[in-house]
Order: sequence, then structure tokens, then C-alpha cells
Amino acid sequence: MSILVNKNTRLLVQGITGREGLFHTEQMAAYGTNIVAGVTPGKGGAWVLGGKVPVFDSVRMAREATGANTSVIFVPSRFAADAIFEAADAGIELIIAITEGVPVQDMMRVRNYLDQKNVRLVGPNCPGILTPGEAKVGIIPGNIAIPGNVGVVSRSGTLTYEVLYALKNLDMGVSTCVGIGGDPVNGTNFIDTLRLFEVDSQTEKVVLIGEIGGSDEEEAATFIASQMSKPVAAFIAGQTAPPGKRMGHAGAIVQGGTGLAEDKIRALEEVGVKVAKHPEEIPSLL
Amino acid sequence: MKLHEYISKRIFAEYGVAIPKGEVATTPTEAKQIAEDLGGRVVVKAQILVGGRGKAGGIHLAESPAEATEHAFDILGMEIKGLPVRKVLIDEAADIKSEIYLGITNDRAARKPVMMASASGGVDIEEVAQKTPEKIIKVHIDPLMGLQNYQARDLAAGIDLPRDLWRGFGKIACGLWKVYLESDATLAEINPLVITAENRLLAVDGKMVLDDNALFRHPDLAEMRDLDLEEEAEIKARENGLSYIKLDGDIGCMVNGAGLAMTTMDIIKLFGGEPANFLDIGGGASAKKVASALRIILSDPSVKAVLFNIFGGITRCDLVAQGILDALKGIDTEVPMVVRLVGTNAKEGRQLLANAEMETAETLADAARKAVAAAVPA
Repeated sequence: MSILVNKNTRLLVQGITGREGLFHTEQMAAYGTNIVAGVTPGKGGAWVLGGKVPVFDSVRMAREATGANTSVIFVPSRFAADAIFEAADAGIELIIAITEGVPVQDMMRVRNYLDQKNVRLVGPNCPGILTPGEAKVGIIPGNIAIPGNVGVVSRSGTLTYEVLYALKNLDMGVSTCVGIGGDPVNGTNFIDTLRLFEVDSQTEKVVLIGEIGGSDEEEAATFIASQMSKPVAAFIAGQTAPPGKRMGHAGAIVQGGTGLAEDKIRALEEVGVKVAKHPEEIPSLL
Repeated sequence: MKLHEYISKRIFAEYGVAIPKGEVATTPTEAKQIAEDLGGRVVVKAQILVGGRGKAGGIHLAESPAEATEHAFDILGMEIKGLPVRKVLIDEAADIKSEIYLGITNDRAARKPVMMASASGGVDIEEVAQKTPEKIIKVHIDPLMGLQNYQARDLAAGIDLPRDLWRGFGKIACGLWKVYLESDATLAEINPLVITAENRLLAVDGKMVLDDNALFRHPDLAEMRDLDLEEEAEIKARENGLSYIKLDGDIGCMVNGAGLAMTTMDIIKLFGGEPANFLDIGGGASAKKVASALRIILSDPSVKAVLFNIFGGITRCDLVAQGILDALKGIDTEVPMVVRLVGTNAKEGRQLLANAEMETAETLADAARKAVAAAVPA
């Protein structure tokens, strides 16, 4: 198995004719991902990827014509909330928003709306999902991971690539890598992903990559203690980050004494999670 | 992005929140004129974007225009926590019966806005939250529904506000919700909201923080950014599309990706060094971007070594290496540099750099060790 995306994924790309959208559509297709449609309002009727992928004006039209079940979003931040609402209302089951810089009030509206529906959102401000050998949805480089039994979940981008690469160098493969994104309000969180890994038959162990800000890692620790049977190793970035400053990611900020790396590390270690001192140490902890 | 008190209060007033009469002065003479126009007692308040200005002597009550002039003279010459005071707000002094707190912010864990009120106003609300959390009444607002009147009443009742003020309080709470919503604020706060001797509610102090990601919707507010608050290098970085934060150490770092940039800082510390900055150059890493990032790092005189840590994913490492070499051609520096390239075409990239006699590293640990060693004078 694997989680969230696989060879049965029928992918739709929102913002497919934009520079980023088109570039990554080519990359995803080259990896073997089944891309069935694209959406750019006003460009319906066009074709991309040498005439292989049809472009539609709306997600509803694209889904009805192609049976797309998953959408990846590359639209600019000011249009991202609208794109997510559109995908959810059109019946897309899994929405992966790569877009960075979405206003946080937009995301609060999105989250509270999606929570009333049967839709899963991953992101925004995330690198997407990679199930090695099956599907790449988003921007994670396909060549840095091989299929295997390690599940990876992370709030970061390139830091995740580091870890995938370190695993690959030791011939350790990955079941699925999920980038949940670095925003303060997002869709799928650590617990949601851990729950999926726990019941996935391919995944035997899990790597969790967190960072400063919020309390998702602490909540994950509680979940691990009570509901995870599979071993988890972790790394938390930002031990040297000064309080009150946003470290690149909108969500990576220590505020009013909460969100500290040391608190997250302690919470995880207390429930038996091995926490790496630096990312290259992770494979040896598995 | 933080807004000054006088700007925040003017915005509140547009949404029906009563504020004291007042004007901003940049000179003692202007302050005198404003005090004369207002007549009677006034408060002279430093307009500065750090907390604790009262304790630092940045707020004074003046009985006369002459006194207001003196206070303005003193305050306008002050530095508070390293920031120069360039403006003072001259407000009509309120006759205060009691002080309450009213604010709205994002509750990250609940993924909803939260409005908070407390009968203990006028003091640092974070301190109240830590020491006596029961004194803060909270209501979470459904972002799809907005603040409901009953929620404002719940807050009023929760802080034992006299019933005759509930209606006025409700109007202020709704106004504040609209301010938060329509300005894309992450914080909008009235502290204190005072009950005057005439039994009116008056927003004596105000504070707003805006979501930087939403400033495209508010060009008028974006213009009000106070650059005094930021390091010059941080401003320059933002103009160049880089994310840079100055730190106190001596090893500069240039990294692609925010999480990896934090990790690079952490590992420098782990190997006994101190990072001089956080810097995320984002995707790509063209020669132009590398050059502007390097200039920003080297503008910090305490930098004794620079560590490049680039993960080539879709970006090829040999292109990044060429970018670094091209950038270095235009920069005259003696500062030692260590480059770690990993990922796609890393070997080719490292070869290019080795040919140019640059120190390279394969692992993150190795890179950190070399950078720490390079920063210590031989």
C-alpha cells in the first residue's frame, strides 16, 4: 500500500498553465503520475504536455470529464483559497495546496469549511506528497527516494529532501512522504498523517520532521503514546531561532513562550520517540 | 507588520469605536499647538512599536500646554529599547473610572479567531494570561459566521461589566471584529478600554498587527510599515526576495529552504559555533540571487566565515555552484567560505568549486565542523 497518493491517483492540476504549474506538471508526468486534467479559468479547451492533458475552465467540468479524484494547486496565493473551495465543492476528495503565502484568515475560513465536508486538504505552503515508484504530487524531487517501508511526515521542504536523500544513500526506502506545510493554519496535520501510517501495511516505521511554532508536535507526541504501535523517529528544527521572529515559514515562530523546539523535543522523548540531533542522524535511529 | 497606536486607534474610530481626541506631533512646537487646541489635561505618548514604553518613560500626563511641550521635547529625544522616538501622540486625558481589556487574535490550535476580554485592563495581557488565566474570558468566532451578538454579551457578562454598558460594549466588540476581518489583522487590541467618569467606554490605547501575507489586499496599510523596527539588512533582503534574520553569532549561512536554514543554524551551534543569521534564498539560486544574499551576509561585520548549504532537488547543484562562483567574481572578500552541495549533480558541482579552490563538504555535519573551524582565527 502507501498512503494518500498511488498509481490509482487521477490527478488534476489547478493553475496548470502558469510557469510553476506547467514546469511541475512536466516533472510529475515524467515521474509517471497519472495526470488527467488541468484547470485554468479562461483557458478551457487548450491542451498541455504535447496535447496529452486537457485544460478546463473549472474544476467541476474537469472532474466530470475525466474522473479526477485528487487536485494539486499551484495558483498564486491571492487565489489559493478560492481554488481550494472550488475543488472541495466540485467533489475532489484530496486537495494538495503547494502555494506559499496564503493569508491566514483565508486559511481559517477554508479549514472551518472543509471540516464540515468529507474532503482532505494537505498544505498549503508544502512540497506535496511522494509515493516512490507510484506517484509524485507536488514538487518533491522524484529521484531522491526509493520505495520502502519508512513513512515520512514533515512541516518543511528542503529539510525533508535532506532526510529522504540520507535514507536513500543507505538504501532505505520510503512508503510515502507527506509534506504538511509550514503555515500556522493548514489542512492535514501530524496526527492525521500518523494515523494513516499506523494502519498502512507497507509502512513499518515513521520519521516526523517538525519545527518551532504552534503545538502540533506536542499533540503528535500524545497521539504516539496512546495510539501508535510503529516506531517513530523525529527531528525538530529551530533550536537556535530567536523568539518573536518568523523563520521563513509563516508558522515557524516562538510566541509568548510557546512553540519552542526544546519543549517539542522533550514531549517527543518522553513518549519514547528518538529525536535526532541533526537530520543525517535519522537513518541510524530507525 | 505592526501598526502604531495612533494609526490603530484611527482605524478603530472608523469602525465606531470611541477614541480620545488627539493628534500626532513630530516637534515640541507642534505638540504645544495640539495641547492648546485640545485645552485642559493631555497625555503625551511616544509612538513606538515596542512594549513597555510607559515604564521606559515614554508616556506622561501634562496639566498644561507648557508641560506638554516639555514632555514632548524629552520624549522626542528618547530611544526606547534601541528605537528612536520620532512621533508623539497628544491625546485628551480621560477621566478613568476603570480599565478593561478587549482584543482579538488568531488561535492557531483552534484554527479560529478568538476574542478575549478581561476586567484587568491596562496591564500586559500576556502576564495576566500566565498568572491569572481565569481573569481572561474567551470566545471563539466561527470565521464563516463572524462574531455573534450573544458572544459579545457573554464577554461583557464574563467580566462583570455593568449591564447599562453592555450595548456600548457590544458595538465596540463588533467594530473590533470588523477591523480584524477587513484589515486582515492577526491582532487587534484595545488595552485599556476605559470606563470614564461619565460612564462612557473609550479606547485609550490600541494596537494592531497585520498579516504580511495579506498586505496585497491593503496597499494603504502596507505603506505604513515603520522601517525603524527592522534591521537595514532585513529590509534589503525583503526587497531582493530573500528571507533574512540577523542573529548574534559569527558564522553566516546561506541556505535554500526555511526548515533547512533553521537546521543549518542549529547544527552550527551543535558543533560549537554561533550562527550570524537565518537566510533562505528560496528556489533556484541564480548568480544574481546568491550575490545579493552574500552581500547582505557580509554587511554584518561580525561574520568570520560563511556556510553555503544547498540541497539540489529540481535545481541542479552544478548550476548552483556556477552561480556561487559567478557571484564571488563581483565581491571582494577575505572571509573564508565552506560550500556544501547535495542532491542532483552534487558531484559535478563540488568539482567545479574544488577547481576554484573552494572548501567543500559532503555532509551537513562535515560542513558545520569546517565552518566552525574556519571562523576561529588560526
